[in-house]
Amino acid sequence: MGIEGIGARVTRKEDKRFITGAGRYVDDMVVPGMKHAVFVRSPHAHAQIQGIDVEAARAMPGVIGVLTGRELKADGIGNLICGWMIHSKDGSPMKMGAWSPLAVDRVRYVGDAVAVVVAETKAQARDAAEAVEVAYEELEAVTTAEEALKKGAPQLHPEAEGNLIFDWEIGDAKATDAAIANAAHVTRMRIINNRLVPNAMEPRAALGHYNKAEDHYTCWTTSQNPHVARLVMSAFYNVAPENKLRVIAPDVGGGFGSKIYIYPEEIVCLWASRKTGVPVKWVADRTESFLTDAHGRDHVSMVEMAFDKDNRITGLKVDTIANLGAYMSLFSSSVPTYLYATLLSGQYDIPAIHANVRTVYTNTAPVDAYRGAGRPEATYVLERVMETAARELGLSPAELRRKNFITSFPHQTPVIMNYDAGDYGASLDAAMKAADYAGFADRKAEAARRGKLRGIGMSCYIEACGIAPSAAVGSLGAGVGLWESAEVRVNAVGTIEVLTGSHSHGQGHETTFAQLVSGRLGIPLDQVSIVHGDTDKVQMGMGTYGSRSGAVGMSAIVKALDKVEAKAKKIAAHMMEADEGDIVIENGACKVAGTDKSVPWFQVALAAYTAHNLPGGMEPGLKETAFYDPTNFTFPAGCYICEVEIDPETGTTEIVQFVASDDFGKIINPMIVEGQVHGGIAQGVGQALLEGAHYDPDSGQLLTASYMDYTMPRAGDLPSFQVSTTETPCPGNPLGIKGCGEAGAIGSPPAVMNAITDAIGTNELTMPATPQKVWAAIRSATRH
Amino acid sequence: MSEVSLVVNGRRVSGVVEDRTLLVQFLREHLGLTGTHVGCDTSQCGACVVHVDGMAVKSCTMLAVQASGSTVVTIEGLADGADLHPVQAAFREHHGLQCGFCTPGMIMAAVDIINRHPDDLDEATVRTELEGNICRCTGYHNIVKAVLAASKAMAQNRGNTAKANEAA
Repeated sequence: MGIEGIGARVTRKEDKRFITGAGRYVDDMVVPGMKHAVFVRSPHAHAQIQGIDVEAARAMPGVIGVLTGRELKADGIGNLICGWMIHSKDGSPMKMGAWSPLAVDRVRYVGDAVAVVVAETKAQARDAAEAVEVAYEELEAVTTAEEALKKGAPQLHPEAEGNLIFDWEIGDAKATDAAIANAAHVTRMRIINNRLVPNAMEPRAALGHYNKAEDHYTCWTTSQNPHVARLVMSAFYNVAPENKLRVIAPDVGGGFGSKIYIYPEEIVCLWASRKTGVPVKWVADRTESFLTDAHGRDHVSMVEMAFDKDNRITGLKVDTIANLGAYMSLFSSSVPTYLYATLLSGQYDIPAIHANVRTVYTNTAPVDAYRGAGRPEATYVLERVMETAARELGLSPAELRRKNFITSFPHQTPVIMNYDAGDYGASLDAAMKAADYAGFADRKAEAARRGKLRGIGMSCYIEACGIAPSAAVGSLGAGVGLWESAEVRVNAVGTIEVLTGSHSHGQGHETTFAQLVSGRLGIPLDQVSIVHGDTDKVQMGMGTYGSRSGAVGMSAIVKALDKVEAKAKKIAAHMMEADEGDIVIENGACKVAGTDKSVPWFQVALAAYTAHNLPGGMEPGLKETAFYDPTNFTFPAGCYICEVEIDPETGTTEIVQFVASDDFGKIINPMIVEGQVHGGIAQGVGQALLEGAHYDPDSGQLLTASYMDYTMPRAGDLPSFQVSTTETPCPGNPLGIKGCGEAGAIGSPPAVMNAITDAIGTNELTMPATPQKVWAAIRSATRH
Repeated sequence: MSEVSLVVNGRRVSGVVEDRTLLVQFLREHLGLTGTHVGCDTSQCGACVVHVDGMAVKSCTMLAVQASGSTVVTIEGLADGADLHPVQAAFREHHGLQCGFCTPGMIMAAVDIINRHPDDLDEATVRTELEGNICRCTGYHNIVKAVLAASKAMAQNRGNTAKANEAA
């Protein structure tokens, strides 16, 4: 590997271990004396616990301990919390119900943890878990947010009357109502964003190890943000003080948001290790993942979009009910509020917007951020309504969008966000060209001759990424700051370790972060190592989510590199008896500009550590730390076009082409960026065509709790994608990066649904558009 | 308890296991071959695919005792020393992996697909044949590309070997 800088399509450094089976995930970790945990979980959606009899289980072969919520509480382990405070419009704080890591008196969803068994082997622990007898008094359950808000619905938490967590609003209600009242046309829709299960391929896992002699805990966990896990477990859950708790997130097999949160299991494994005196490992099986990983989406919205006689949008009114499940997960409150309603302006110049959001408890798994988190819900609302409006107004969907695009920047929307840069027309043009939009009518006619219904749909999305300025999110209720940290350690031989608070679980940071350093200093890529995922190595970090590792994490590395270079230049100037201001660093050397004088990089590094001849007063060593706090969100945007062919006899949808044109600002590694878009689109297409988490409305059982029931997109369900990028650099960070991790999942669902509804001639269709639903919609459309 | 004896990655191994031990558990927990992964409990995801007597098998679907007497190759045994198998090389070259968790099973399945379609592998066939392997990261786009590229490379290698044999 040579010098590979920003923009290079270089293969990944981390791949060697993954393609040879040498990756190390939590389930691969073995600690001497390690035993296995299996959780006893509620089979009921809602029940009172009358008693737990663990005696039979304790007597089972291999059992080391059986622990319950009462013992956990007695040891002072705290309840799980939501870390983002939202106030209702009446000023009252959100109503957070108690969530004990192991339920004490009541269970509120199928899968709620009740007890844990620790045994010699996993099989023995599983057998013993079956022998734990829990006496339940079943209660009525409610699984949808709309039902839970109704009078007489089963009540989940005494803190939240009527199951309402908060009733929040943003924007100007009066101005929006006036716009609707005076409109030449209003498009109205009821829009459902279906509930999803994130399904990272590696199930969640935790290994807790309490070292009695040191009074110290180590937790290996499947986390996107190990430092946040340490902070929260220490500051709020009373597991251990931070200096006595090390959290390691080794190779992590995908996250998509679901591994941001601190779940009951890692807390319990650490505590159980202290109680039993052995290291305790838990690995979820897939059904456990379905039942207990935080789910995503699950919104129902009433939407009204007003237009004037020139087809300009004059107002947007949205009333959303969001299902947050049985308990408030760590960032659950921020998803349907500041990550959702603040994006309702989309790419459009809308003078008046008002959104009202009610969040609700139900007897279902907690709901939190899943790839895109709020922004897919906002995009789906807007882009389904835009497409429908174009049909109602008899206009081209592309031209209605173009007419309403924001074209000058910065642009202040009526819902907080200040867009810094973008060129929405450029991505629309690029996508339409790539999709041969103009040739669609011919393709439709040709398909019709074959008896197929062909449709085309588009979606123009925007997202707020690189989350985010600490002061801004703090003022909106966040309990943490959202900066990132980096440390650049130059070794005495000139090789470099970069320690980052970002965490890679598929994103390729070990390559892209190294590219930044390699290109900037002119040293080979394999002389730069990226260290992440261990609180004992990296001082602090906020982790990876919200497409923030490039825009925020790499910016922190840039800041640390600036400091390293400044010191290196001083040393080099001293070595060459030159002026510090004349030193440039390039091609692995410090040079005196305009002369042939230079010293190789490694010699400067060596001089820093031998310290025989440093400038007066300079400390030895070459290592710098930086914290970077962004000044604004970043605003990736783009246009997606989907073309489908539907068999009217079976309702089966085939995606015949999918085009993406994204503006991610500056791109570090195009190969990796394309991969992120492919994966995001697949998840969005999955939501539109295949995926949906379904609870039985009466029993509250999750009916889609395995890969036999929940339809994951497989290779045969998807086409190859045509992806390309346009570029307006982000002015807010030193590298001009906007972020690319979530775009695919945000932009694609409305494009698919707009294409299907175009093909079958109806605006009424909900995700997932299964063959059965599409077939029924065709039949009902035909009858009209 | 039962005794099992098999050849794994060219090495003769044996052990005494509980009857209910799955092949994947034997590989991971008894032999420490943790490259083979478990991603589900219904034999759907394919993260655990290994080769048993030359055929792709989901090792979560087979008891260790059923595999006794067989020859097993796992992801750790696929490369020829320091030389990557063409499928491994193609996955890296074409960015056919992100988090890496499905990758071992995906690669082992892909080798089997190419072996069974030595001459006529196209995109549609690859997509159909990958039905038993789930990836959540890549959208399969680059996996399909990698499998097709590896198939070409392997056909070319066969051609070169044939030519060399003729010349000899």
